[in-house]
Amino acid sequence: MSADTNLTKDQPNPAVDGSELIRFDKVVKRFGSNTVLDELDFSVSSGKHVTLIGPSGSGKTTILRLLMTLIKPDEGTIKVGGEYLTHEQKNGKLVPAGEKHVREVRKNIGMVFQQFNLFPNMKVLRNITEAPVTVLGLSKDEAEQRARELLDLVGLGDRCDSYPTQLSGGQQQRVAIARALAMRPQVLLLDEVTSALDPELVAGVLDVLRDIAHTTDITMLCVTHEMNFARDISDQVLMFDAGRVIESGSAEKIFTEPEHERTREFLSAVL
Amino acid sequence: MNNGTDKWDWGAVSDFMPHFWDGLLITLQVLALGSLISFGLGLVWALAFRAPTRFIRWPVGIVTEFIRNTPLLVQLFFLYFVLPEWDIQYSAMTTGTIAIGLHYSTYTAQVYRAGIEAVPVGQWEAAKALSLSYTRTWTAVILPQAIRRVIPALGNYVIAMLKDTPLLASIGVLELLQRSRLEAAQTFQYTEALTVVGVAFILIAYPSSLLLRALERRLVR
Repeated sequence: MSADTNLTKDQPNPAVDGSELIRFDKVVKRFGSNTVLDELDFSVSSGKHVTLIGPSGSGKTTILRLLMTLIKPDEGTIKVGGEYLTHEQKNGKLVPAGEKHVREVRKNIGMVFQQFNLFPNMKVLRNITEAPVTVLGLSKDEAEQRARELLDLVGLGDRCDSYPTQLSGGQQQRVAIARALAMRPQVLLLDEVTSALDPELVAGVLDVLRDIAHTTDITMLCVTHEMNFARDISDQVLMFDAGRVIESGSAEKIFTEPEHERTREFLSAVL
Repeated sequence: MNNGTDKWDWGAVSDFMPHFWDGLLITLQVLALGSLISFGLGLVWALAFRAPTRFIRWPVGIVTEFIRNTPLLVQLFFLYFVLPEWDIQYSAMTTGTIAIGLHYSTYTAQVYRAGIEAVPVGQWEAAKALSLSYTRTWTAVILPQAIRRVIPALGNYVIAMLKDTPLLASIGVLELLQRSRLEAAQTFQYTEALTVVGVAFILIAYPSSLLLRALERRLVR
């Protein structure tokens, strides 16, 4: 499955024409009295690999969690593929979306978590086939074949019958990546996917993600502290501070000649 | 004839044994069916505690608190002597089994609740990120993990239930205690019959609790 560009072939919106796929419009998110996102506007074109950088607490993870609909925005709207994520049009008015609408739009989005969150009660193969079978309606054989291909892609073709607890953190995270890809999402969200790993296991996971970034046209939104990785795979880097995008541009530009003082400070601290 | 206070009479023991086995069978039947009721109904309560609407959560909360905080003996009497006034009447055995199952379901509900709450929030999020349906999230992800954790605690309630089955003697169920009372009422040899029953409880309960501890070590990792 290496150099396979088929990961996206079943997508409802296969066009990777650089059109706008994700749009945040004046999104506000507060936790108690703490405003994490403050009228945030940004957009991501389809097929792009975007990395969100910035100090902790600047709202990067919140953006991914909003997109995954794990949390709801307090104000503003989010669109994915032209569809409102947490709202729907009813009689020309924009109202909070019902569970059904949210579930439908959510199918286009996959997420890999910092803590892997594999299902410990299922073997590796079943972790990957569960959603394609019960959500997408694939046959068991079809789903298993897809799962095996993905496991080969992440270098774990021989661990189908292991339980997650029998795997190292790095292996678990690679299974989690395969699990997310098995749904053939348009957008893949990567939430600090190497932060919980022992240092020697980080490279294996990043290699897999590099491979996916370079061989597929899946849109990636990535929150990471691995700046070299970000530089490698990103088409666009967004620098966050205090709930706003303070600078954005190509990886080359942000990492070599950042304009904003805060970006310079942040990069000199982490690089 | 032995007056029952002089010395231990093995003859009385062997006279009692046929009744003992009958009683043991009844006790184990009550225990098995009562356990099934408490496991099933307890899970229903536990899920109702998390229902999206308070119109389910509140009534279920009140009813289970009520049952949990009134004595099983009172509930037995109520079901057996009061309900027939509304033409709801079952055999002592059926009433006793339902009562004990219902009573213990309010305890197992708390066990399930703790087990469900112990499943990490990341599991819910992963299920959501994969668009799993509500039903699938519960049946394939949350409950298998929650129930595995609570099996030892459920087992402890089965042992507690075993020790509460003699309460059913009070409504005339012919379980172990009631058999020994009937036997002794005829022969006046209380020592033998009651001792046999007491020993029987130890012989069932103690090995069971050892078994549970072994199971706990295997399951809770």
